[in-house]
Amino acid sequence: MAAAGSEQHRYLSTFQDVEETLASGGPDWLHSMRRGAVEQFSRLGFPTARRGNEKWKYTNVAPIARGSFGIDIEGRGNGVTRGSLIRCGHLQEDQTTLVFVDGRYSRELSTPPKRPNGVRIATVEEAARSHEALVRSHLGSYADAEDGFTALNTAFLQEGAFVHIPSGTTLDEPVGILFLSTGGGDARASFPRVLVIAEAESTATIIESYVGLGEGRCFTNSVAEIVVGEGAEIDHYRVLAESENAFHVAAERVHQGAGSTFRSHAFEKGPALGRYDLGVHIDGPEARCDLQGLYVTTGSQHMDNLINIDHAKPHGTSRLYYKGILDDSSRAVFGGTVLVRRDAQKTDAQQSDKNLVLSPDAEADSKPALFIYADDVKCGHGATAGNIDRDTVFYMRSRGLDPETASRLLIYGFASEIIDTVRVERLKRRLQSLFLDSLPSHTFEL
Amino acid sequence: MAGEDTPILEIRNLHVSIQETEILKGVDLTVGLGEVHAIMGPNGSGKSTLANVLAGRPEYEITAGEILYKDADLTEMLPEERAREGVFLAFQYPVELAGVRTWQFLKSAVDALREYRGEDELSIRAFDRLVEEKRRLVEIDPELMKRSVNEGFSGGEKKRNEVLQLALLDPTLAVLDETDSGLDIDALKIVANGVNRFRGPSKAILLVTHYQRILDHINPDFVHVLIDGSIAMSGGSELAQTLEDRGYDWVRSPAGVEA
Repeated sequence: MAAAGSEQHRYLSTFQDVEETLASGGPDWLHSMRRGAVEQFSRLGFPTARRGNEKWKYTNVAPIARGSFGIDIEGRGNGVTRGSLIRCGHLQEDQTTLVFVDGRYSRELSTPPKRPNGVRIATVEEAARSHEALVRSHLGSYADAEDGFTALNTAFLQEGAFVHIPSGTTLDEPVGILFLSTGGGDARASFPRVLVIAEAESTATIIESYVGLGEGRCFTNSVAEIVVGEGAEIDHYRVLAESENAFHVAAERVHQGAGSTFRSHAFEKGPALGRYDLGVHIDGPEARCDLQGLYVTTGSQHMDNLINIDHAKPHGTSRLYYKGILDDSSRAVFGGTVLVRRDAQKTDAQQSDKNLVLSPDAEADSKPALFIYADDVKCGHGATAGNIDRDTVFYMRSRGLDPETASRLLIYGFASEIIDTVRVERLKRRLQSLFLDSLPSHTFEL
Repeated sequence: MAGEDTPILEIRNLHVSIQETEILKGVDLTVGLGEVHAIMGPNGSGKSTLANVLAGRPEYEITAGEILYKDADLTEMLPEERAREGVFLAFQYPVELAGVRTWQFLKSAVDALREYRGEDELSIRAFDRLVEEKRRLVEIDPELMKRSVNEGFSGGEKKRNEVLQLALLDPTLAVLDETDSGLDIDALKIVANGVNRFRGPSKAILLVTHYQRILDHINPDFVHVLIDGSIAMSGGSELAQTLEDRGYDWVRSPAGVEA
């Protein structure tokens, strides 16, 4: 650990402080994983753009690296109550949900499944004992070991969320995984971990949410791994609604088997600095993924979406469609990469990123890329960035609408295209109120 | 025929430029209530510019002349104010509004108009009834009401959607910019029927068209020929047929004397 810089040192010494508590929560092999990861982190450190690191070219994580964040190792809960979460709409009373506060699992706030149906919903630590072989073979197998943030997450892995859907099982009700950042007095770091294993021919809907309750500084470093078995069908929703003073760095890795379907819907607003690194590995023929996203940035926020789709097997289909609304002096980075390997013949891949840039000081950096090594494929990509079109506004004004109403309808319409794809009705309404009721407005120059 | 009262629209010596190129070079036109005026002319003569200037398209600069609408200076009014005062432009190329549902757009427009007139917002039920009535008139598929405005609509559906808006907003002065272009004969009849229903003693219509064809279905009271930015010839509805037979070159030669 000699080479570690001072920024790493803070986390390394914190690790030593809390190691005993971390180790007590699970089997030894899990703690060996933590130890390996902390070594890894001391070697890798936080990523920087300087090292020619293309993945971090547009996002400077120095504010995170320099920041001093404590860890709520004891899991005090910070006074969050079920009633208040339900009142604020963060929690649906009757929806199966695992709730975490500042990274720590809360049994009191969580809602167990009504009909377990063979489905196992637990913490990763619990599952590491009850489903040892399963957890051992999957945990950490998909997340990128060469990423400093992922290493840091694994080092501080405590509890975490585990969902196992046995083969042939259909989950009728969505499963919620809710990570709350209290944003109280102390600046907190939390390391949410998710492992979802959907076995062959199973069907489920997973709602992964990150919500800020207070306005204080915090740092969320999450890693999620989702295994979609042969013929399985997963609807995945990811809601990021952290506070304006939050830092959020997330990696999500999806592994798809033959004939499986993975639908992802990401909704992002809030953090001062946000990063969502989604990688989908299509590792069986005739699999399909639909990845959609909506990000809204205001003030001086920075949101970075890095989406990779790896087509390794033939007859795969992928759709990548993200939209952004940028205002003030905010910045959004979109890096979408589709890799079609030599064996992935007959791949059909389309990707698109559209940005509505409402302010001259806002900036959208969109870099869609295709790497194709198969010769019989259908692939396309595109990216747009622009303000509301004058001709469009004139058309609406000629019908008696003032420019403000016209642009509000257009911005609303731009965002609702993604929200309309939500298949869970209650979640759709929730997203409408979270995103559509507070969209940036736009004043038109006449 | 009306016309002996004060005209609803009076255009005097109108000069209009876009990006410093003069398009309209002294247009004079008077339109009375109850009248239908056809503005014909070859491509590039300024027909669409005239239509768009009336609706207040911001890119056009009026360098000389005046436009009086209901005795007020129309050029001083914003596009939305013109619309609320009863000026309607059916677009040659209706704009697609991604993500804005047709139903929502129509309701917002009708509500804006009602608010301006000091009337209450229509209830959803009352608006549904109104839309249903007008929609049948132009034979638009009800499914289109749920889709984004004009997005994925066929050319004919877009034009019919313009006439639907005309029927819903019920203006005083309707300017139709090549509403007939790109329509097959069935769609043309539906559009013409919608316009004829709108026609009446308290309305005025300015019908901008390249072809005489639509005038078989909407019989104009006056026909004006716009050539190179000014009106070269005016006449009754029979002029349209003469133009169809002889072409615009006939007007271009001095005083319409045959070469």
